[in-house]
Amino acid sequence: MLQALTQLLVFQLVGEVTRIALDVPIPGPVLGLLFLLFWLLLRNGPSHELRLTTSGMLQHLSLFYVPAGVGIMLHAGRIEQEWLPILAALLISTAVGMAVTGVVMQTLLRRTPFENES
Amino acid sequence: MNPSGLNALWVYLSATPLLWLSVTLLAYIAAHTLHRRLRSNSLANPVLVAVALLVGILLLTNTSYTQYFEGAQFVHFLLGPTTVALAVPLYAQLPRVRVMAVPILVAMTVGSFAAVLTAWLVADLLGASLPTLKSLAPKSVTTPIAMGISERIGGLPSLAAALVILTGIIGGVMASGLFRLLRLRNEAAQGFALGLAAHGVGTARAFQMSEKAGAFSALAMGVNGLFTALTLPWLVPIMENWLYG
Repeated sequence: MLQALTQLLVFQLVGEVTRIALDVPIPGPVLGLLFLLFWLLLRNGPSHELRLTTSGMLQHLSLFYVPAGVGIMLHAGRIEQEWLPILAALLISTAVGMAVTGVVMQTLLRRTPFENES
Repeated sequence: MNPSGLNALWVYLSATPLLWLSVTLLAYIAAHTLHRRLRSNSLANPVLVAVALLVGILLLTNTSYTQYFEGAQFVHFLLGPTTVALAVPLYAQLPRVRVMAVPILVAMTVGSFAAVLTAWLVADLLGASLPTLKSLAPKSVTTPIAMGISERIGGLPSLAAALVILTGIIGGVMASGLFRLLRLRNEAAQGFALGLAAHGVGTARAFQMSEKAGAFSALAMGVNGLFTALTLPWLVPIMENWLYG
């Protein structure tokens, strides 16, 4: 577990350094994700330990969003004033975004071989 | 213990990160247990319940967010390595991803623009202010990316973060109903839609549906994060111009 955690942190670190060095608008962790993916391709897959650790972390992915979510209390005033546009925009655009993406993808997949299972 | 002793204990505890770190984990475990007890009812979304509990506790104890974050930052920090960890399920789905490259790219482009444009249009029609609009625009991508983007385009990063989480909760809550309504049964398409519109919170929901849906959700979250980070900084001036120009 220690090795796997260190590996994840080092990939994030390399991602951060790359972001700063190349001044790209992509956040460090996302670059780290891409680098780890390339690494896995080179090494023909994750070690047993990395697979166990990451699946444990991803089971509780929701947890890591909680502290940022609590930050909503900082914006109580703005949200009170603009609750209608904010709520309507979030509800409608999330539904539209999800529906459009899903329908386009499912329709196109029908024409892709071997991916017809539901 | 007498009241003044209790008060001294509170003063001591609330000054250490230990208290709010523990309370964050306890609130999440409570939310997680409730979610399981209610047979994964999507209304009992663990993020929604945990955030509501914590905001309630902070208001009752008169604790500021800054003070809370002293402790909660340790959990928040793990968002980074966990984002990196998404490479592992993604790797497992690579053979499928290769075959589906065209559907993935088309769905991502159409879906990403649909989410950003409807958010902007609806909020603007209902009279939202410009900083709010700019904080709403990146709401479908994962927190660290959305905060970076909103800063770049002149929004409020901490508001963007909160709106991102709200979007994730809304997406997670409406997913199963929406998929039934649209007869969306393909697991890859379900996962991809969840990850695109509702990032990591949606991905957590997708992993509850199946491993495959989860991996496609992680994929959508990654590619949409990149795509939005690259397109929004030039899309926003166009939308702004069109509004006020």
